[in-house]
This record gives sequence, structure tokens and C-alpha cells, in this order.
Amino acid sequence: MSILIDKNSKVLVQGITGRQGGFHTRLMMEYGADVAGGVTPGKGGEWFEGKPVFDTMRKAVETTNADVSLVTVPARFAADAIMEAADAGVALIVALTEHIPVADMMKVLSFCAQRGARLIGPNCPGVMTPGQSKVGIIPAMVAIPGNIGVVSKSGTLTYEVGFAMKNRGLGISTMVGIGGDPVIGTTFVDVLKMFENDPETEKVALLGEIGGNAEMAAADYIRSGMTKPVAAFIAGRSAPPGKRMGHAGAIVDGGEGSAEEKIQALTAAGARVAANPEEIPDLLA
Amino acid sequence: MKLHEYQSKFLFRKYGIPIPEGKVAATADEAHQIASEMGGAVVVKAQVHAGGRGKAGGVKLARNADEARACAQQILGMDIKGFRVEKALVDPAADIQREIYLAITNDRSVGRPLIMTSMEGGMDIEELNRERPQAIVREHIDPLLGLQNYQMTYIASAMGLPRALWPPFGKILRGLHQCYRQSDAELVEINPLAITGGGGLLAVDGKAVIDDNALYRQPELAAARDASGEPASESQARQAGITYIKLDGQIGCMVNGAGLAMTTMDMTRLYGEADGIGPANFLDIGGGATPDQVAAALRIILSDANVKCVLLNIFGGITRCDEVARGILTACGQVKPAVPMVIRLQGTNAAAGRQIISEANIPSIISAETLTEAAQQAVAAAKEQA
Repeated sequence: MSILIDKNSKVLVQGITGRQGGFHTRLMMEYGADVAGGVTPGKGGEWFEGKPVFDTMRKAVETTNADVSLVTVPARFAADAIMEAADAGVALIVALTEHIPVADMMKVLSFCAQRGARLIGPNCPGVMTPGQSKVGIIPAMVAIPGNIGVVSKSGTLTYEVGFAMKNRGLGISTMVGIGGDPVIGTTFVDVLKMFENDPETEKVALLGEIGGNAEMAAADYIRSGMTKPVAAFIAGRSAPPGKRMGHAGAIVDGGEGSAEEKIQALTAAGARVAANPEEIPDLLA
Repeated sequence: MKLHEYQSKFLFRKYGIPIPEGKVAATADEAHQIASEMGGAVVVKAQVHAGGRGKAGGVKLARNADEARACAQQILGMDIKGFRVEKALVDPAADIQREIYLAITNDRSVGRPLIMTSMEGGMDIEELNRERPQAIVREHIDPLLGLQNYQMTYIASAMGLPRALWPPFGKILRGLHQCYRQSDAELVEINPLAITGGGGLLAVDGKAVIDDNALYRQPELAAARDASGEPASESQARQAGITYIKLDGQIGCMVNGAGLAMTTMDMTRLYGEADGIGPANFLDIGGGATPDQVAAALRIILSDANVKCVLLNIFGGITRCDEVARGILTACGQVKPAVPMVIRLQGTNAAAGRQIISEANIPSIISAETLTEAAQQAVAAAKEQA
């Protein structure tokens, strides 16, 4: 087992005919993901790598029965694309797009909740269940199948840690990038709950960063509801307050969201917090 | 993007929020002119993107135009937390009886707009929140439905606002909410919203922060950006599409990905702190790390004279490290950095990439395998240069 996606997940790619969308669709198919087709308004009826392209998500879902959508469209159109996917009835939407205005995301979140769709992201690398499927841009080489769940706000930092685990022979059940934006669809706590309930996940690695209080909520859940061991790393200890460190959400604001408070809370909750991400495999071995 | 007080208040005025009829002065003579036209006492307020300007002497009361000129002379050109004061707002002095706090912000923990208000305005909201959190009324807004009338009644009653002020307060709250929505604001704040001697409400101070990601559809607000006080290197980087933040350490960091970039900074601090060594900057070069990107990033990093060593940390996932290594060498050939560089490549074809770097045999370039090793070598190199 795994969480969120497995080899049976049927995926549509919104923006499949775009440069990035097309490039990563090919890599997903090489990895073994079941890509059912894609959507690009105005290009319905065309084909991409033998898969049908549709004008609308509604038609695409009706025709293919896909249950997952990957949003790769540019920021100006991404909020609309996510809502279209939720309205078409897919259960899981993974949004890679960076720079979506927060005001749009707040509306999108309410809309997805109404339609019962789970959103991962935006501004995230996606989800990968090693050996089965990947939805997003996580490189195939960073993980092997196993029983450690990984959840992270970051992209390349997650690849680093996954790769270091792989080099130690440690495999991953599912790797989830929840995204570095201030308003995101799925939080650390949501994913920790899924890992806690997944029989094949035995341990969890959590990679957080400065900004917001999602890691504080994760610490609360680890203390009160989690039986599986958690190893964590929080990026941004050397970041100055009031500055946005690349990710729109990575900012220590009004004294809130510092690395220190998160490290303290996670440690107090029983998680093992590494000062150096290269120590994470040791903490999980 | 932060707006200045005057920009924020002039924006609020468009939404029917009463503000003092002030004007902006760039010289002491202009301040004199504005104050003499207004007649009576005025307040001269420094317009800078720094908090605590009152304590720093950036806000002064003047009884007449001559005093206004003297105040402006002191304030203009003043340095407040590294920001030079270029402009001052000259407002007619208000008759403040009581101070209310009112703001709308994005509550990222629930993904909804949040109204915060209190009868104990005037002070810093973070301070109030620490000392008397129960004095703040909080109400979330449904992002799909917007602010409802019943919510305004609830807020006014819960905060203990005198009934006579409910109608004008409701009008201000509705205006502020409209402003927040239509401007793609992350924060709109009135502190204080004064109850005046005449029994009315007046937005004496204002603040607005606009979502950078929405500036493409806010051309008027985007044009209001004041980049003075921002290091030139940060402005250059922004124009080159590179995310760069200047810090005060000695190790220039170049990394792909924001999370890994923060981590790399942290590692230089972890291993350098004992020797007073740390990161000189945050820099996310983005995906790919092409020769052009690397060269542009190198120039930005090296424009900081504090930099004693550059640490380049790239994780190649889909991009192969051997390609990245060649790109780095090309970029170094163009820029010719005068300080040592530690290069750490990890991921796809990392061994081949490291071999290309070591075979180039450039004495100032050190190749490292792990992040720990890279950070330790960068710290050692920076120490040697110091």
C-alpha cells in the first residue's frame, strides 16, 4: 500500500501540450504512471504520446474515468484549472504551479472542499509512490520502494533526503511535496494522518521550513495522535525575520514561524529533529 | 510588496475611508508650503519601509508651518533601520480621543481572510496579542461569499464599540474589505482608527501589503513600488529573475531550490558559527543551472564585498550533474571569481560531474561530495581568506 497514489491511479494532465507539461508527462509515463490523457482548451481531439487530448476536464473525466489530475498550467490560469478539475469530479488534484495569487487560492480551497476534492500544492513537486506511480516532477532516481513516508514543503531538499536514504538502502512508501505557498490544499497534519493509517508506512520523515504554523500543528498531532516514529528537519535557521526566502510562505512574520519554535515543538512532541539533513537517514535506519 | 503609509491611506480613501487630508513632501520647503496651506498644527511623518519609526524620531508634531519645516529638515534624509527617508507625509494633526485597531489579513493556517479589530488600538498588534489577546476580536470571512452584514454587527458588538459608531464603522469595514479584495492585499491595516473629538472616525495611520504574485493584474499598485532601501544587488537579481536576499555573512551561496538554498545557508552557519562565519546570501538559481544562469548568479553574489568564498550546491534530478558541471566551468571562465569556490554536485551523474570539476584542475575550485563536507570546506576557505 501507499498513500494518495498507486499503480492504479489514472491521471489526467492539465496543460499536457505545454512544454513543461509535456516533458514531465513523458517522464511520468516512463516511470509507469497510468496517464489517461490530458486537457488543453482548444486542442481537443489531438493526441499526445498516444493519449487523447480534451478541451475540458468534464469531457476528459467522462471519457477516461480518471481519478487524479495534475495541474501544470501557468499561474494566471491555474486557479481556474484546479476548480475545473474539482468540478469534473476527480478525487485528487496535484498543482505544481508557482506564483498563484493567495486570494485565488483561498477561493479555490473553499471550492475544492465543497466538491470533495483533495488538493496537493500548489507550488509543489507532486507525489511519488516509488515503484508504482508518480504525479509531478519528482525525479525517478531519488527514491526506491520501502516503508518510510516522506512529507515536505520543498522540492530539491526532498530529493536530497530521498536520495541519501536510497544510498543507505532505505526505501520510501510515498513521497509527498505539499508545497511552499502560504495557502495550500493539504497540510503536514493531513499527510501525517494518512501515513499513520497506512499499514505499509512504518516511519516518517518530515521536512519543514520557516513561516506559518503548519509544523506546530504537526507537532501537536505527533504528540497526541501518532504512534509511528518521525524524523524531522526544519530549514531556515539562518534566515532573517521579515524576509521571504524564495518560497512565498517561507517568512518569519511578527515573531511567528521561526525555525527555533518549530524545532522545539517537534522535539517536545517526540520527533527526532536533525540539525543537518544528511543525518535524517541515520535517524530512520 | 509593501506600500508606504501615504500610498496606503490614499488607496483607502478611494474606498470611502476617511483619512486626514495630508500631502507628501520631499523637501523641507514643500513641508512648509503644505503646512501653511493647511493652517494649524500638523504631523510630519517619515515614509519608510521600516517599523518603529515613531521611536526612531520619524514622527513629529509641529504647531505651525515654520515648525513643520524644521521637523521635515530633521526627518528627511534620516536613516531608520538602514532605510533613508526620502519623503514625509504632512497630515493635519487629529483630535484623537480613542484609538481602534482594524485590519484584514490572510490567515494562512485556515486559508481564509481574517478581520482583527480591537478597542485597544494604537499599540503594535503583536504586542497587544501577547499581552491582552482577549482584547482582539477575530472573524474569518468566507472567501467565496465575502463579508456579510451580520458579521459587521457581531464585530462591532463584540469589540464594545459605542452604538453611535456602528454605522460609520460598518462603512469603513466594508470599504476596507473591498480594498483588500480589489487590491489583492495580504494585509490592510488601520492603526489607529481614531475616534475624534467630533465623534467621528478617522484613519490616522494606514498600512497595506500587496501580494507579489498578483501584481501582474495590479499595474497601478505595481508602479507604486519603492525599491529605495533595498540593496542594489537585490533589485538586479529581481530583474534577472533570480531570487536573491543579501545577508551579512561571508559565504556566498548558490543553490537550486528554495528549501535546499535555506538548508545550505543553515549548514554554513552550523559549521561556521563558532568562527563568526555564516551565509552571505540566499540565492535560488531555479531549475536547470545553465551557464547563463550560473554566470548571472555569480556576478550578483560577487558584487557583495563581504564574500570570501562561494558555495555552489546543486541537486541534479532531471538535469544531469555532468551537464551542470560543464556549465559551471563555462560560467567561471566568463566571470573569473577572485575567491575560492566550493562546488558540490549531487544526484544524477554526480560522480561524472565531480570528475569534470576535478579534471579542470582549477586551484581555486574545490569539489565536495556531501553537503556537510561542502559546508565545512567553505567555512575553512572563508576563514583562510579573512
